[in-house]
Amino acid sequence: MIKVRIPTPLRPLTHGQGEVETQGINVAELIENLNAAHPGVKDRLCDENGDLRRFVNVYVNEEDIRFLKGKETALKDGDEVSFVPAIAGGG
Amino acid sequence: MTKMKALACRECGKEYPTQAIHVCEMCFGPLEVKYNYDEIKQAISRRKIEDGPLSMWRYIDLLPVESALGPAIVGPHAGLTPMVRARNLGAFLGIDELYIKNDTVNHPTLSFKDRVVAVAVTRARELGFETVACASTGNLANSVAAHAAAASLQCYVFIPGDLEAAKVLGNLIYRPNVVEIEGNYDDVNRLCSEIAGEHRWAFVNINIRPYYAEGSKTLAFETIEQLGWRTPDQVVVPMASGSLLTKIWKGFNEMHKVGLVDAVRTKVNGAQAEGCSPIATAYKAGRDFFKPVKPKTIAKSLAIGNPADGYYALKTAAESGGAMDMVGDDEVVEGIKLLAQTEGIFAETAGGVTIGVLRKMVKQGIIKKSDVTVAYITGNGLKTQEAVIDAVGRPVRIQPSLVHFQQTFQMMDRKQGDA
Repeated sequence: MIKVRIPTPLRPLTHGQGEVETQGINVAELIENLNAAHPGVKDRLCDENGDLRRFVNVYVNEEDIRFLKGKETALKDGDEVSFVPAIAGGG
Repeated sequence: MTKMKALACRECGKEYPTQAIHVCEMCFGPLEVKYNYDEIKQAISRRKIEDGPLSMWRYIDLLPVESALGPAIVGPHAGLTPMVRARNLGAFLGIDELYIKNDTVNHPTLSFKDRVVAVAVTRARELGFETVACASTGNLANSVAAHAAAASLQCYVFIPGDLEAAKVLGNLIYRPNVVEIEGNYDDVNRLCSEIAGEHRWAFVNINIRPYYAEGSKTLAFETIEQLGWRTPDQVVVPMASGSLLTKIWKGFNEMHKVGLVDAVRTKVNGAQAEGCSPIATAYKAGRDFFKPVKPKTIAKSLAIGNPADGYYALKTAAESGGAMDMVGDDEVVEGIKLLAQTEGIFAETAGGVTIGVLRKMVKQGIIKKSDVTVAYITGNGLKTQEAVIDAVGRPVRIQPSLVHFQQTFQMMDRKQGDA
């Protein structure tokens, strides 16, 4: 299983849970599976073209997927994925 | 007075109450304070501002707090820093009317962060928080720690593991919980975003960010007032998250919106260090989005590889007709020395970045001789001594003897004569 950390804005869709478990061979499939379990999640994370929204950062084991292979970043059992709002921080 | 109407998503417009939230639930866009400008326009005037307190709180009508001036305000002395007419540096660079907005002497922690933190902690208290926190490259942590001490609030500051000694000490002295993360600022920021979801704390640059960021507008307000109620032609602003640059632009435009200046004709230019220039790189490539980077620069206060407001900073440059550029670490050190040796102002590394890019933009003709120009110097050089310690020479060491002094002095005199 893959552990997924859910940011506050998405928790209404996960019955308030900050962490859920799911599966997927890569980030794209993981989002599909999350959406199947928690309908609506994909619309929040992705735009109408299916691309990740501008203000969503995704991390696999603490690494930003833009330094990996984006949505194609491969996942394996035991990985941890975090969705984090991009709007934060500064100095 | 109901100057704050709501928080609104900058992307999709969805509105939220003015609570401690910063992200749109629908699209993850940033929330911004929506003001009742008609009402503010009625309440505000040049005269009222000029008669106000000698701090950034003279612009309270355009700041997102409910409190009136008085004991509810945290950080009552922040802002209203000198606007220095930089004749020597201007002559050196070839600009007729150059100003240094000198936030190296901001109160109480010697950086522009005292502005944003004053707003954020005041707002945090209004919202009933007992603990304030932040993810910081140094200056912000110093300011949050100081303001928390003064406001008797609990405090957690999170910093990267490689900060300058003075910025670490500048936290510890106020006795907050200082958490050093084994990683860079972007790691700190990601972790703090996750922590913010689990604790009811006021993270000034996360869940309080819509209020916090507004504090930067006061740099624009002061610029206009200190220039005699006019906007400059050009400004140069250092960029880390990009928030400061976007808020300076917003500040100029708000002054126009509420009728305090006739027109805004300012080109807003952004400055980054080569070792961490995701925004300036995107600008040069003509892109409206940036690629995150792993920072490697002595300008640690600007070392944000994944800048939250990078997208909006690029938009601001496009809207205002400004440009962006970057300089290498050597030029950063040169910039610090140049400002110190021409104007007597000792800036931190971010100031070196700003002066370096200013110099480059003048050389390239982007900033012209006749342009009224303001460079924002946002932090104090005593906090980043490591950056220049090997570039400033050593004192002349002598015995406490007049003869020895005369001999040494004559030798130095001859040397100077030779040179």
